[in-house]
Amino acid sequence: MFGQSRWRKRSRGPLGGRAEPELLQLQVVIESQHSGCHSYPHLGSSEAYHLTVTEPVAVLKADEVWGALRGLETFSQLVHEDDFGSFLVNESEIDDFPRFAHRGILLDTSRHYLPVKSILTNLDAMAFNKFNVLHWHIVDDQSFPYQSIYFPELSDKGAYSYNHIYTPSDVRLVIEYARLRGIRVIPEFDTPGHTQSWGKGQKDLLTPCYNGEQPTGSFGPVNPILNTTYDFMTQFFKEISSVFPDAYIHLGGDEVNFDCWKSNPNVKEFMKKQGFGIDYAKLESYYIQKILDIVSSYNKGYIVWQEVFDNKAQLKPDTVVQVWMENNYAHELSSVTGAGFTAILAAPWYLDYISYGQDWKKYYSVEPLNFPGSEKQKKLLIGGEACLWGEFVDATNLTPRLWPRASAVGERLWSSSNVTDLEDAYKRLTNHRCRMLRRGIAAEPVFVGYCAHEARG
Amino acid sequence: MAAGWLRLLAVLMLLLQPAAAVWPRPQVQRSPRGGGRCLLPPGRFRFGHAAGSAVGPGCTVLEAAFQRYRALLFGAARPTENEPVPSTENPPQALPCTQLLVFVATPDCDGFPNLDSKESYKLSVSEGSLLLSADAVWGALRGLETFSQLVGRDQNGAYYINKTEIEDFPRFPHRGLLLDTSRHYLPLRAILETLDVMAYNKFNVFHWHIVDDPSFPYESSTFPELSKQGAFNAMSHVYTAGDVQAVIEYARLRGIRVIAEFDTPGHTLSWGPGAPGLLTPCYSGKHPSGTYGPINPILNRTYQFVTSLFQEVSSVFPDFFLHLGGDEVDFTCWKSNPEIRAFMKQMGFDEDYRKLESFYIQRLLDIVSSLGKGSILWQEVFDNGVKLRPDSVIHVWKTSKPYMEEMADVTKAGYQALLSTPWYLNRISYGQDWMAAYQVEPLKFKGSAKQKDLVIGGEACMWGEYVDVTNLTPRLWPRAGAVAERLWSNASVRNLQDAYMRLAAFRCQLLGRGVQAQPLYVGYCENEFGGF
Repeated sequence: MFGQSRWRKRSRGPLGGRAEPELLQLQVVIESQHSGCHSYPHLGSSEAYHLTVTEPVAVLKADEVWGALRGLETFSQLVHEDDFGSFLVNESEIDDFPRFAHRGILLDTSRHYLPVKSILTNLDAMAFNKFNVLHWHIVDDQSFPYQSIYFPELSDKGAYSYNHIYTPSDVRLVIEYARLRGIRVIPEFDTPGHTQSWGKGQKDLLTPCYNGEQPTGSFGPVNPILNTTYDFMTQFFKEISSVFPDAYIHLGGDEVNFDCWKSNPNVKEFMKKQGFGIDYAKLESYYIQKILDIVSSYNKGYIVWQEVFDNKAQLKPDTVVQVWMENNYAHELSSVTGAGFTAILAAPWYLDYISYGQDWKKYYSVEPLNFPGSEKQKKLLIGGEACLWGEFVDATNLTPRLWPRASAVGERLWSSSNVTDLEDAYKRLTNHRCRMLRRGIAAEPVFVGYCAHEARG
Repeated sequence: MAAGWLRLLAVLMLLLQPAAAVWPRPQVQRSPRGGGRCLLPPGRFRFGHAAGSAVGPGCTVLEAAFQRYRALLFGAARPTENEPVPSTENPPQALPCTQLLVFVATPDCDGFPNLDSKESYKLSVSEGSLLLSADAVWGALRGLETFSQLVGRDQNGAYYINKTEIEDFPRFPHRGLLLDTSRHYLPLRAILETLDVMAYNKFNVFHWHIVDDPSFPYESSTFPELSKQGAFNAMSHVYTAGDVQAVIEYARLRGIRVIAEFDTPGHTLSWGPGAPGLLTPCYSGKHPSGTYGPINPILNRTYQFVTSLFQEVSSVFPDFFLHLGGDEVDFTCWKSNPEIRAFMKQMGFDEDYRKLESFYIQRLLDIVSSLGKGSILWQEVFDNGVKLRPDSVIHVWKTSKPYMEEMADVTKAGYQALLSTPWYLNRISYGQDWMAAYQVEPLKFKGSAKQKDLVIGGEACMWGEYVDVTNLTPRLWPRAGAVAERLWSNASVRNLQDAYMRLAAFRCQLLGRGVQAQPLYVGYCENEFGGF
């Protein structure tokens, strides 16, 4: 709020005296016994708050600390400077709570490594926008930067280099930094596809592909037919379950290419034995179900990409399905919630798909509940995520590419469904963007114009 | 998403340690089959003037370049003792190269680069000797950049350069980058940094689209009210005379020409507040609507104003050329104004407002010519049949008709042409759009050899509607590098896979130089931005 301004202590009061009263204090009252202070935020956390700004003491009331954080952010946005540099805040009464409980940003640290500093800066920006979930897509085909305690070879061999890793202390730092901002960290260890980098440090984990009778030397998804696979996964997810305190782990399950499985004679043999015929979706489901069971046994909930649901794996009722395929996603939301599963929407919010012009408007105009379904179904849509896949993104362009475009998603997920006026949103968004600049977030411009305090560059 | 071979390439990139490859690719480069390299001792390496060179230690352009390149090459390398420590590790044929001698044939060091400046150079890396020779200092600058890209570090950290012979010169003499400081103000620092990276890419023209509709940041000494009333903020969002001179000199030391664009008669809304009566008042029926249009071409005082302003601009900016704009003139306001309609009748222009536009532009061209400057204009001026001077340069940018047809038409009419249409880098899209920019062939139009000679080059444009200092550098680099190579290197250098490997390596080199260049695709650099 106050930045670098030097405040005078115990002044004798302004010359001539000012008409406005002074606001000397913001009192924060946490109402619930279980404030959440020493625990982690979770899906059911209360983020509601009531803010009364009146002289001489403003009051911020919230059930839990998480609501207080949201209220502090709001209060900080109400404070403004006049022409003379005085800090002012208007008398106001605000009653606020999020429309959706899951409001996330997906970062991909496999296609490009993201230095810890850039992740932390992003968590700051998220807090300014009331986002409350960091979906950390930490490993994938291209690199494995997560330094595992049980399986150090995974990052030793799979990371881009020894410098391109997240040590256990890096991970702890991110989790705590996020917690202090009321942000959950949900890691994604995507399998059985998207796992090329895992194979470098874990022999025999991936399926060897064949050309006729001969292995080609290349590998496909995780090998679902070996016991060793599940031994590994049991150990691995034991570690993940303890390293990441959130109640949920994202297990991926997207874009599994069956070609390699189909080429492998042992896999074909297994298919026959299991009576799967030539339906490899059944093999995929067989694998997923076993992973779900493993993760379940560690008392974690799980989120999966929509294919897992689409391919009819047997999911536990509390599975969360993330809808990401853009084509007809409303229909997918109906199906997922119709089958009784909780859903998260990402499909219209792939922010890595840049284009020329004010694309924030199209993100803003999404109405998540615009899908055919009952009231009960609509309740199952718990929120959404703005995704910034990393093929073309790293620390050089992350911040301007994410912000303020993601802010449009932030409002869509927090504010009331009738807050849709684009002209009004434009005014507030440009203002908010200048505010982010002042706070050291290099958010890119919305359109032609300027901020009183430009970025330093 | 991306083609399978790109994925393979990315993997290859990760596995190979790409040999120091120059970007843009030199015209001719030969390396001896036996290989061989020399080591550079950072503590005592020096740049020196070769015997017989027409320039010496008084040449600021070179002296400043030597300092810059020493820092780029060796960073804050600590000076070693006088005696070189014999290393048992070095292979016997790796003699040390302790200096790069620079030979320049012609003496001018204090002037400004121009369209005819010679940028050719030869670089010879042989047994214990490094020699750079050039016709003019500008070529020496290009050669120093090439040299800096060839120096690598081996696995022990030793600086080395492989034996090689390079003969290099640019394919096109005008290789520009446009920045727009009106849609968004760009702090001086951002412009200077862009000039640095332009030099790394051998760009040699900074096209400064300095003012436009939204704001007028140029502080004019003749008309101070222009920026006082027209800048976003007259204190913080302006370029003082000192700022402008700083840009011009910074550019000069890098062999970069600064061509200012004061775009008229359209794109001038921000001029209105500081120059009352300059813009055409639009009418709603019989009454002024309160809004304004392009510069009013029917008033004498308009031309007095334009003369005075361009008198100042001509003296402030030393380049021979000025860019006069002339694009997207909206005739609606002129048509609505009864005085203008009367003028049109008087002049016998009927309803053809292009004749009125032509009337203005011709007078502007005369003014600018009498000030001893040449003119560059956007293509509309040519398309609308304005009577131009034979030495006018036409800047092709529109997409309404295939730009190669426009290039053919412009050059057929005898005018020199600049190409920008396929290089609007502000038009971002998902994926590796640098490839489309790279694959452009500026001379791929039906025309005689004489016509093709009239194509003097092109410019990558970074219009500012959605761009300011927060995203300028990653949006510009390395994508603009594709344009840089297309304009410098031989026409036959088109292989995308090879370009990918070299551009990705060059991008990592840019990161190492502190430039926030964004990634081309999946992968990594040894030294990441904002990292460890």
